[in-house]
Amino acid sequence: MECQEEKPIIYTMENKPIVTCAGDQGLFTSLYTSLAQQLPREPMEWRRTYGRAPKMIHLEANFVQFKEELLPKDGNKALLTFPFLHIYWTDCCDTEAYKSTVKEDMMRWQNSLRTHGSADWVIIVVETNDTKKKNKTNILPRSSIVDKIRSDFCNKQNDRCVVLSDPLKDSSRSQESWNSLLLKLRTLLLMSFTKNLGRFEDDMRTLREKRTQPGWSFCEYFMVQEELAFVFEMLQQFEDALVQYDELDALFTQYVLNFGAGDTANWLGSFCAPVRNWSGLLLRRPIDMEKRDGIQRGEASLLDLRSYLFSRQCTLLIFLLRPWEVTQRALELLHNCVQELRLLEVSVLEGALDCWVFLSCLEVLHRIEGCCDQAQLAANCSHTVGLWAYATDKLKSLGELCGLVSEKGPTSEDLNRTVDLLAGLGDERPETVSSLQSPYKKLKEALSSVEAFERHYLELSHAAMEMYRAISRLRSARLVGKSLAEFYMRKGEPEKAEAFLQEALKSYVSEGWSLPVTHTRKQIAECQKLLGITEDYLQTSALLAGDANLTTEERKHFCQEILTFAGKSEDQSQKVTLSMGVFSQLTRLQFLPATASVHSGAVLQVELNLRCLMPVSVHIQQLAASIHFDLERAGTNGRSKGAARQTNPGTVEFNHDTSSAGPSSSSDGPPLELEEIQDRSPSDNSLNSTGVVCKNTHLVMRLPESISPPDPPNCVSPPAVTMKEGAQMLKVQDVTLEPGNNSITFTAPSGQPGTYTLRQLFATVGQVQFVLPHIYPSVQYEVYSQEPQLTVEPLSEPLLAGLPQIVKFTLLTGHYTVKKGDALQLSNTETMPILPSSSCTARISNPTGELLGESALSIQSSEKVTSISLPATPPYHTLEFQLEVLCIIPSSSDRPPNERLTNGEVRHRPRSYSHPDIPMTAIDQRMSIDCPWSIYSTLLALTFYIPFKTKHSLLSAGNRKYIQVCVQNMSDVNFTLAEVKLTEKQHASLELESLNTKTQQLLCSKHSLFCLWEVRWQDDLPSCLQCVFSTNFSPPKQDVPDFKPFQYQFQLEKVTTLYSVRADILPPAGEQNCRSGFLCGLEVCITRLTEPAEGEIAEDSKTDTDGLKTTKLMYEVADSSSNWAVCGKSSGMVSMPMTANATHKVQIEVMPLFAGHLPFPKIKVLKYLPHTAAVAIQPDPDSCVENDSLSLLDKALDDQGDTASIRSRGSVHSVGSGDQQQRGVAMPRLEPFSPGQVFNHIHTRQVLVLPATDDHIMEVNAT
Amino acid sequence: MAVCIAVIAKENYPLYIRSLPTQNELKFHYTVHTSLDVVEEKISAVGKSLGDQRELYLGLLYPTEDYKVYGYVTNSKVKFVIVVDSSNTSLRDNEIRSMFRKLHNSFTDVMCNPFHNPGDTIQSKAFDGIVSGMMVQAA
Repeated sequence: MECQEEKPIIYTMENKPIVTCAGDQGLFTSLYTSLAQQLPREPMEWRRTYGRAPKMIHLEANFVQFKEELLPKDGNKALLTFPFLHIYWTDCCDTEAYKSTVKEDMMRWQNSLRTHGSADWVIIVVETNDTKKKNKTNILPRSSIVDKIRSDFCNKQNDRCVVLSDPLKDSSRSQESWNSLLLKLRTLLLMSFTKNLGRFEDDMRTLREKRTQPGWSFCEYFMVQEELAFVFEMLQQFEDALVQYDELDALFTQYVLNFGAGDTANWLGSFCAPVRNWSGLLLRRPIDMEKRDGIQRGEASLLDLRSYLFSRQCTLLIFLLRPWEVTQRALELLHNCVQELRLLEVSVLEGALDCWVFLSCLEVLHRIEGCCDQAQLAANCSHTVGLWAYATDKLKSLGELCGLVSEKGPTSEDLNRTVDLLAGLGDERPETVSSLQSPYKKLKEALSSVEAFERHYLELSHAAMEMYRAISRLRSARLVGKSLAEFYMRKGEPEKAEAFLQEALKSYVSEGWSLPVTHTRKQIAECQKLLGITEDYLQTSALLAGDANLTTEERKHFCQEILTFAGKSEDQSQKVTLSMGVFSQLTRLQFLPATASVHSGAVLQVELNLRCLMPVSVHIQQLAASIHFDLERAGTNGRSKGAARQTNPGTVEFNHDTSSAGPSSSSDGPPLELEEIQDRSPSDNSLNSTGVVCKNTHLVMRLPESISPPDPPNCVSPPAVTMKEGAQMLKVQDVTLEPGNNSITFTAPSGQPGTYTLRQLFATVGQVQFVLPHIYPSVQYEVYSQEPQLTVEPLSEPLLAGLPQIVKFTLLTGHYTVKKGDALQLSNTETMPILPSSSCTARISNPTGELLGESALSIQSSEKVTSISLPATPPYHTLEFQLEVLCIIPSSSDRPPNERLTNGEVRHRPRSYSHPDIPMTAIDQRMSIDCPWSIYSTLLALTFYIPFKTKHSLLSAGNRKYIQVCVQNMSDVNFTLAEVKLTEKQHASLELESLNTKTQQLLCSKHSLFCLWEVRWQDDLPSCLQCVFSTNFSPPKQDVPDFKPFQYQFQLEKVTTLYSVRADILPPAGEQNCRSGFLCGLEVCITRLTEPAEGEIAEDSKTDTDGLKTTKLMYEVADSSSNWAVCGKSSGMVSMPMTANATHKVQIEVMPLFAGHLPFPKIKVLKYLPHTAAVAIQPDPDSCVENDSLSLLDKALDDQGDTASIRSRGSVHSVGSGDQQQRGVAMPRLEPFSPGQVFNHIHTRQVLVLPATDDHIMEVNAT
Repeated sequence: MAVCIAVIAKENYPLYIRSLPTQNELKFHYTVHTSLDVVEEKISAVGKSLGDQRELYLGLLYPTEDYKVYGYVTNSKVKFVIVVDSSNTSLRDNEIRSMFRKLHNSFTDVMCNPFHNPGDTIQSKAFDGIVSGMMVQAA
């Protein structure tokens, strides 16, 4: 704990409380050793007054022989020499001896104590066995002596007499008595402390209360309170001792402050004396008696008092193992002293205080180093570094004061000052004379020569910097570094200064402290100028010239530095490249036209807005922007891409955060630059894929580094400049940039098509070139070249076939110049003639859509080609004209209507189809156009729609036949139809009698028109009819109807009626009417009407049973509306003789299920083709048809369960369905008749059915 | 009262710094900037021991011969630094605390201004007024 290695020489605080010993000195001497050893062994609780916390203390004592002189006289307040306890030793066991000598001695002792008012005494009676044995004869009980003493002296205080038995024996009894003695001694000592210290403290307080009285002296009081502190220290109560000094400290401080406030105390006068000695703190002695004496005499200066106080505090703190508090207090003390001297207006020699502070700092550091090991010191740098830095600071100012810093060395005046300062240090203290590294020696040496000063200063600076770094107080370290740099600059060694300055600058720049940046940068400029680093110096100058923190004069100076250099006409290799950012800032860039996209050869202007930061106008020889040229992909159309993402088209704003002095947060990073990409197929330009691409991922995805503060105007560090020479440049010669905003206009090159990206900006001023290495956000414009493009589109949708329609031709000339005489050659097609028109004009408009002029077109048609002469048109213009074309409706012979396809197959026609949106049949018309700019023909397609949809049907009435044609107008236009005609092509004898009106008819949009003809014939009705429906149509709102023909061809087959089917419902026998729920008879009568035609015989009549040709028919009664229940079989087969009027009757039982007029059940007649025939007419057994017929059969089987052969065949089919050949052979077929072949008489007949019982309930069945 | 008052952003750039016009402004910039070292030290020391119950007032950052530098950190790590003349002994800890509180309140008002962009330097006149009030009392 105590640092013993330095061996305090003069005075040690080895005081212990004094205990006097009277009586038998020999006895005491024999016991002294064990007593002194054992007394402090056990701690004792000390209860204190004034509510102070009790403490455990180990008591020690300094035993001295009792003398009268030891007893304090009245008024002597010294506590250190105060005897706290008086002991009387005796081993008397002889009553006689007691009575004769001892008692008397005791009385004397007691009397002298009493006269001095001391009540702290004890009498110790030592008993030994030896004494007992020796005086065996006239033995008195031991107790009687003690009792006597007690009755003689301790009349009420029995505890004042203690017996110690056999002290020198090692027995338990002896131990016991020792313990009780020690306890007694400790208790009494403590009682004495409490009492005496209490009294002392009371006196001290009284004294303190008198401090307002005129004669009061701080020094006197100081001595009194320090006495108390000494006692506490003596008792090893360092905390309490420290409190005494702190109280004194505070009291003194308060007086100084009161002095400052005008309340002067007389005694303070001595402290206001001029400072004559500045030898610094002295911490190596526990008590600096020299200074203490000074205080006692009232001769101490303020520094002396403070030094003494602090040295005492320091000692106590080190006893308390709180060395770091020492450093902290030291720094406070030093600051405080400086302030106090200033406040008290004490006259001090200039630099004297610096000396004092310097010495004190080092002394404290030495003291701390003395009591701590290296590791502890390193770990607690944060406590000591302040002192190091302070010392460094003070040494530096001393150096400056004494002329040790300048290049030339000290002047004689400086030397005189140095001598004066050194004189104030006095002689070195004896403690440190032997030490090589004492603060005193250091200071003396440092002030002795320039070199020594530098060495010491550097040592201190580096030590302070390293410590700051070690505890990562980097800013403080840099500040020390900067101060070191200033030192180097004054010494004329700029090369050493630069690194420190740069480091400091970097830190200020990165944290955005603009004023320190400016200041440091100015220092750097000076340094760089001295070093002759031209480029860096110019760069720094440029930064300073634009620095708003400087005065205009300073800025002009730095600007002039650049211009002067620039004006030097040296060879070109001496060119200096500087960053543009410090010189001027690009604020805005504007394209004209705003699309930033022009065709090759067009004029594109770029306007740059530059904010010049220089304080004066600067003439620039050349301002240029380098361009990166990117050959564009073929086929992309350059429009609408360039400046699309900017809100203000054609304008790019560059943000520098410079408009306001305030930095804006840059933590959210750069904005995303997104661009749409489209991947188109090279062949037909169709879209393959599309996506969004982030163009600046490298910036966005960058890991957030240490967040750098935004840049205040001057906190930009110039980036390294690399110049890239672009092949092409935007250039302007001889511009003068005024301070502030300037606008410069360039004309951009637009020769080759492609993308031009502005990369760098250069401003050349003589030898100096300012470069903006990267224009961001990127600025680009596009130059495109376009192939001529011809499009043909309908003027109005949809184009209708059969009517003249107007189509629009649009020609984008692209890079091609249409000369006079250039013509479009349209190959004529038969299906779409171009209608000649007299007045055809072409409109020419420029790229922006402005109409430039109109001129007439001349159209010449020859047999194969229509030639359209174009007017002369400049490139990148639009030429528009309109032509009338007619699409002839293809005749329907090769276009049978879809609904009439019998084989269920949709016929695919290449040129007509149904549009999903427009319910009209569409026709694609292709045009082939030869253009003057290309050797290839341009193929274009137009889609026309047929406005009509036609349907036909054959109607029969017995043998009479009617043909109905339905024309449906599918378009959105109304038409007038005229001359509706139906003709038959093959049979002249056939007569078609029109049952229609003769007049023109209006066919409205989306409406239908039905026309009907009766077929009349002479001999036989041909089984096949080739009909042609024709009509003329025209749009109605024309003055002179321009009728266009419309034709529809169709074929009717199997027209003749072969069979008629009649039926009757017979009520049950005896009834007049049918009744619901009662069986009725259904009599079906099938009659053959005609002789068989030839084809029919060949086709159907294979069955030849009894010479007659017969065909097999199948009938089926099917009641779809559930009115009837068929009882028994519902279908069956009949063989019909193939002669006219052959009749077959079938009886079937049916039951009506409801009452009322019930429609007859439906009777179907089907052709039954036996399996042999089936083979013949089934060259390819189509499973679809097969299944159909089967299902038909199955249905019949369900109804009646007849025709075992069919059933068996069906089951064969279902079981052994593997063999297709077998199945094809075995398969019979049912075939429906064509609509005209069977005439059903019962089609609309009804029969009355009465309810089963007459219960007046009528069921009404509404369907 | 105070000779220099500074508000420093979380990222350690000054949001506001004002010193008595009679004094060397540059010196205070250096002083305040250097004091950030101690502020950071104190913040990190506190962060280790007590999580949320953090005292905003950091106390005396460091004394110099002429000035005392006091610090205060808001929960959003904005730092306030007040530099007081050492000779001004009438200022006790409590007064400094109340100055910081006042400053913090005014700063909060500035931040509440919807037109203020957090991170920008403080241009508010009201804030300026409060700061001036603290500096004027020195005389």
